[in-house]
Amino acid sequence: MSHNRIDKRFAALAAEGRAAFVAYVMGGDPDYDTSLKTVQGLPGAGVDIIELGYAFSDPMAEGPPIQRAALRALKAGMTLNRTLQLVADFRKSDADTPIVLMGYLNPLFSAGYEAFAARAADAGVDGLICVDCPPEEADELTDALEAVGVSLIRLTAPTTDDKRLPTVVKRTSGFVYYVSVAGVTGVKSADASAVAPAVARVKAASGLPVAVGFGIRTPEQAAAVAKVADGVVVGSAFVDEVQAALEAGGENSNENVTARVLSKAAALAKAVRSARVGKA
Amino acid sequence: MNAPVKPSERPNDWNSLPDARGKFGQFGGLYVAETLMPLVLELGEAYAAAKADPDYQAELASFHRHYTGRPSPMYFAERLTAYYGGAKIYFKRDELNHTGSHKINNALGQILLARRMGKTRIIAETGAGQHGVATATVCARFGLPCVVYMGATDVERQKPNVFRMNLLGAEVRPVTSGTGTLKDAMNEAMRDWVTNVEDTYYLIGTAAGPHPYPAMVRDFQSIIGHEAREQILGLEGRLPDAVVACIGGGSNAIGLFHPFLADEGVRLIGVEAAGHGIETGEHAASLTGGRPGVLHGNKTYLLQDDDGQIIDAHSISAGLDYPGIGPEHSFLHETGRAEYVSATDKEALAAFQLCAEQEGIIPALEPAHALARVGDLARELGKDGIIVMNMCGRGDKDIFTVAEALGRTI
Repeated sequence: MSHNRIDKRFAALAAEGRAAFVAYVMGGDPDYDTSLKTVQGLPGAGVDIIELGYAFSDPMAEGPPIQRAALRALKAGMTLNRTLQLVADFRKSDADTPIVLMGYLNPLFSAGYEAFAARAADAGVDGLICVDCPPEEADELTDALEAVGVSLIRLTAPTTDDKRLPTVVKRTSGFVYYVSVAGVTGVKSADASAVAPAVARVKAASGLPVAVGFGIRTPEQAAAVAKVADGVVVGSAFVDEVQAALEAGGENSNENVTARVLSKAAALAKAVRSARVGKA
Repeated sequence: MNAPVKPSERPNDWNSLPDARGKFGQFGGLYVAETLMPLVLELGEAYAAAKADPDYQAELASFHRHYTGRPSPMYFAERLTAYYGGAKIYFKRDELNHTGSHKINNALGQILLARRMGKTRIIAETGAGQHGVATATVCARFGLPCVVYMGATDVERQKPNVFRMNLLGAEVRPVTSGTGTLKDAMNEAMRDWVTNVEDTYYLIGTAAGPHPYPAMVRDFQSIIGHEAREQILGLEGRLPDAVVACIGGGSNAIGLFHPFLADEGVRLIGVEAAGHGIETGEHAASLTGGRPGVLHGNKTYLLQDDDGQIIDAHSISAGLDYPGIGPEHSFLHETGRAEYVSATDKEALAAFQLCAEQEGIIPALEPAHALARVGDLARELGKDGIIVMNMCGRGDKDIFTVAEALGRTI
């Protein structure tokens, strides 16, 4: 039943007439306790859906900020199981905010899809985005997730043409993630005018809400995308805040990590909330 | 004695792989980000069309002959044979190719394909630099801009090849992420590709990556095995008892093995890099010391920890320093058709020196690993036996590494 959290959240926001603000942070960056505190603070800062990265040693679709975040998390001892533990700890105080895991296939394959899905559902995970598992390879993973009610959320890209789109959105639930730029995370900037028709196309093909990510960093960009999409995803900008706090150093650098990320989240949330969803 | 099986009598099962989804059994496949999916699917169609086009094949054959210098010789290593006192040892001399290794076979095939596809910018990854040099070479030949990603560690230990690439007009971008070796260079090349989808062709150097690369690179490298099969039949009147090649990603090995797959009497032996020793955990032997997983677009054997994080490989040979292996090798390993063994840094160094002293051939450190297992095999097979080893690269690039390992200064 857990995917109802995602459906409920999008339904409630549609009633409000605004887009969802989706925040990506790397689980366990820079360490477990700091990361948990940060994640616990996100809903209060105005985040509607949390995308929680699970670290992988070879994140091929990430730009330098998230690559470094993954390395910090791994160095701090994060594993897939620890990331699920973080979700379970978060759920002790928040039963409503949807959590979507995001990462790469090998840790899931290594754990075994069924074992992973069962543990994820128990922890309170609502969805999964797996970057390097296209629909052609996803049957086993999808079976395992469907059996426990966790949504498999698919990525679509500017290169996904009309012929391929139905294949990509098949067996997806919750929402569809539109990758707004051809590139890695956190490098190029999204062009809101090009995003609008793409969102409409993906929405028509999937019948699901469409969240847009990759290349959204500023409140201005977030507000522009919030007018044309059902959700706005920001990731690298938060990860940059973690890095900046660590580089500034000092005795309270971990507290500063949380404070900086939440302050950034509040500013972006305000921008998203100020933008009314237009005709999509 | 192995009686050669006529092509018409051979089972054709081996040639039917990979299947339409790019699978060799459970291995291979297409595990890339959605942004790249349409590109790899388009590449698969373009390669299938090129493969069936006689004009494309004729153009490739012409370059092999007049540019690369193929066929490469089959050489009887008489003194090494006497030294080991067992089976006759032959070297397939792919180190005599233009650019000094087997990598040119694949680079030529892919650059002609990239041109057919109208791509105007070429990127590649390289470990030892042999594939980077081969790619830079064909890019110079066809006037295409070339960017080569190379781990910063490898840039340091393979300076001659970096300079060669620069002379050929390529830009070498050192990769500092991870441990700065081949896997990190491959990650960075994939990041470039996903960012420059419109004009860029990713010229992968080994028989790994998303489908169709493992099959395509194998096809281009199979010229090694096809020539070897014909040459040894001409020289000895029969097939060899064993063919031996080193394995990092495994492109030279699959090129040698594939034309012999249906010859059940021919043992196929791949030699992985055992680094400081398999037991130390510091090695690059994916089949011997790894388990199946997903990396760089394919499912295959990988060096990884309990959490599925990729472990850094170690080998004295930059070309073998990779934590994965081509998916067809994983399949041949699981089916038992090929045997996979390993050789340590020390054993490879000893073989390197022995080959120079006995045959007047300075091998690359990569085939020196294969040679390190040939002695045992020669004694096991005895004097009636015949072994073909792929001498897939020459050792000029390695003299600094070897000097350092031997405690000498140049």
